[in-house]
Amino acid sequence: MANGTIAVPHKAAEPDFYHVRTKHTGIWAWLLTTDHKRIGLMYLSAMTFFFLSAMTLGVLMRLEMLTPGETIMSAQTYNSFFTLHGVIMIFLFIIPGVPAVFGNFILPIQLGAKDVQFPKLNLLSWYLYMIGGILALFSLFIGTGIADTGWTFYAPYSIRTTTNVSISVFAAFILGFSSILTGLNFLTTIHRLRCPGMTWFRMPLFVWSIYATSWIQVLATPVIGITLLLVILERAFGIGVFDPTLGGDPLLFQHLFWIYSHPAVYIMILPAMGVVSEIIPTFSKKPIFGYVPIAISSLGIALVGYLVWGHHMFSSGISDTSRVIFSLLTFIVALPSGIKVFNWVATLYKGSIEVTAPMLFTLLFIFIFSIGGLTGLTLGALNTDLHLTDTYYVVAHFHYVMFGGMGLIFFASMHYWFPKMYGKMYNEKVAKVSAYWIAVGFNTLYFPMFIMGYLGMPRRYYDYLPEYQIWHVISTVGSWILVSGILIMVFNLVKGIRSGKPTTANPWGGTTLEWTVPSPPPLENFDVIPTVTTGPYDHTQMQKQLREQYKQQQKAEEEKN
Amino acid sequence: MSQNIDTSQQEIHEVHIHRDDFGSKMGMWLFLFTEVLLFGGMFILYASYRFIYPNEFVLAASELDMLMGAVNTVILLTSSLTVVLGIVALQKNNKKLCMFFMWVTVVCGLLFLVNKYFEWGAKFHHGIYPKGPALQDMSEGEVMYFGLYYVMTGLHGLHIVVGLAFIGFVMWQIKKDILTSTNFQRLENAGLYWHLVDIIWIFLFPLFYLIH
Repeated sequence: MANGTIAVPHKAAEPDFYHVRTKHTGIWAWLLTTDHKRIGLMYLSAMTFFFLSAMTLGVLMRLEMLTPGETIMSAQTYNSFFTLHGVIMIFLFIIPGVPAVFGNFILPIQLGAKDVQFPKLNLLSWYLYMIGGILALFSLFIGTGIADTGWTFYAPYSIRTTTNVSISVFAAFILGFSSILTGLNFLTTIHRLRCPGMTWFRMPLFVWSIYATSWIQVLATPVIGITLLLVILERAFGIGVFDPTLGGDPLLFQHLFWIYSHPAVYIMILPAMGVVSEIIPTFSKKPIFGYVPIAISSLGIALVGYLVWGHHMFSSGISDTSRVIFSLLTFIVALPSGIKVFNWVATLYKGSIEVTAPMLFTLLFIFIFSIGGLTGLTLGALNTDLHLTDTYYVVAHFHYVMFGGMGLIFFASMHYWFPKMYGKMYNEKVAKVSAYWIAVGFNTLYFPMFIMGYLGMPRRYYDYLPEYQIWHVISTVGSWILVSGILIMVFNLVKGIRSGKPTTANPWGGTTLEWTVPSPPPLENFDVIPTVTTGPYDHTQMQKQLREQYKQQQKAEEEKN
Repeated sequence: MSQNIDTSQQEIHEVHIHRDDFGSKMGMWLFLFTEVLLFGGMFILYASYRFIYPNEFVLAASELDMLMGAVNTVILLTSSLTVVLGIVALQKNNKKLCMFFMWVTVVCGLLFLVNKYFEWGAKFHHGIYPKGPALQDMSEGEVMYFGLYYVMTGLHGLHIVVGLAFIGFVMWQIKKDILTSTNFQRLENAGLYWHLVDIIWIFLFPLFYLIH
């Protein structure tokens, strides 16, 4: 029994949340909804659009790098492309991705709640997200062109360039506001709306990871808010705080920027790690190994991750003492991530592993994320970083941890919770093919970047010396493989939504609360708020059932003989 | 979703109404944390530049009118008191008294803004504003001081405006009896926000007006 609950049978006649009649109808039933499930799905559709557009930009950039010199775009266009690619991917997909979609849809159900604590605020966050996203795209079509600063908006260039930096920066500011409100909402939800019996250490690990993430969202995002606001004021009025010609110090911009943006990489990865901790026990039919260490390591990552921002500035001219301290802390922050990886692998040990599509994506994640994490350590070490900084090695590293981390797990959660969200099933075979396809494409695209980065290929150039071409060609071919894999996956999921086979409440044999409610869930999730009596990954019932089945099979065979 | 079934026969589903005063207070406190960190970024910048330009900061600070700053401090502290009195009055079910204290709070907030307007106006008049004529002759440190002064007091002023709007909104709700002696959490949240705006000023005042 999931979470050891007392099962509450749902009235069969109760409509699911898609079909229930609410105050508003038609499109307004979506746009004015305060239902966490609908809001989650609205995020999902917006995010799919943003992800695919930024992916297209990425593919075009790879195409430009196919040959040295100008291939399909000018240097200025290339600069705008990598800025827009970064801004959209980071601020509109990777940072909000898992919390906004799956946090919204799944977290309240996992807690045994009917909705989040502040449903109206939740809708407001979605509107802010949309306004931010539209503004970011809007900068394409007006004024003097898209920002060409890179997604980091480093001063003083961001103050001087004549491109549309102010609009992009303002978009990021609004998205930050949306992120803060989401974090605030989840924190209060987790504190206040846990169902009876759901003690802190009975919460699913996905909830724990969202909890840690939300604290970072609340405590780090305002710092980037004020920093971005200052860039706008600087451009509009010439205050001077980041402008060396007026006595300001551009290094302070970098400090303030990374005080947010480094913790932000944990906003990106922690929820993904939470999803992994859900998927692995479900498909190993075993309780997770090391529940408490995994839960606490999320908080550990959030805490230490706050103090390592300086490792983005090793070559910017900060003092040697602070470089040594930041380097040490960077090594320390790798420990909690390591704890998680070892616990996941230990959970697999002697489990009854079922390699479904979500599990396949998760196993790929462990492999790819480990490469990303270990190469991160070479960048955290002072001497190697000086050689590798601002090369393709860095680009490869953060695509391995960001895309290979958050991206793959976003795909995994899409498959894992798909039956819950739509009440239907995608085609498992096609999903697995797409997973392998993505894995091959991913490594072909990004692994050569490690090599050419080590050989000295600098990032953010539209041109390069001919000796790097072989690596660029391999990488560009990889981008085609990766994109075709992603497209196969997307088409398979869309087909599943339209005409997939109907599924049951618990197709995977999951043990957390979301698997006790029908798929798709009714409007208020639970008729009666459940009471939990055990931890989240109690597979004993399931194991008993399997044992019974096995015994019966053996009996039947004996009788045959 | 793609499927459409006839829903006209179903009764309209009543959305479950959930009231949790402790929860909304917690949400407010978390929001205040974000405000502290927002200003925290500014205070870090202030600290850095004051460390780089200690003498210039003192010189520039002499341009500010200490009396105006002090009057504004007194005004804001008074408003913080009246907002508390307003909350207590509502808790004791004295709606009239509550509204009186809330009006005093609003008047104090407006007075603060009027003072600020005259302060900023006088400086603009003397050409002290970003890229203004007076700043051309000043040292980098002094320019930085005024840059920070305008950004930080401006941002604070914006928070006063937001706080007043918030208070105005809860006053309307008190008038409509939406907020009562048993349901006053939103008023308390408005009070919390107002205190935060007040506390930030308590740090801004010495850092800009009282350094020597």
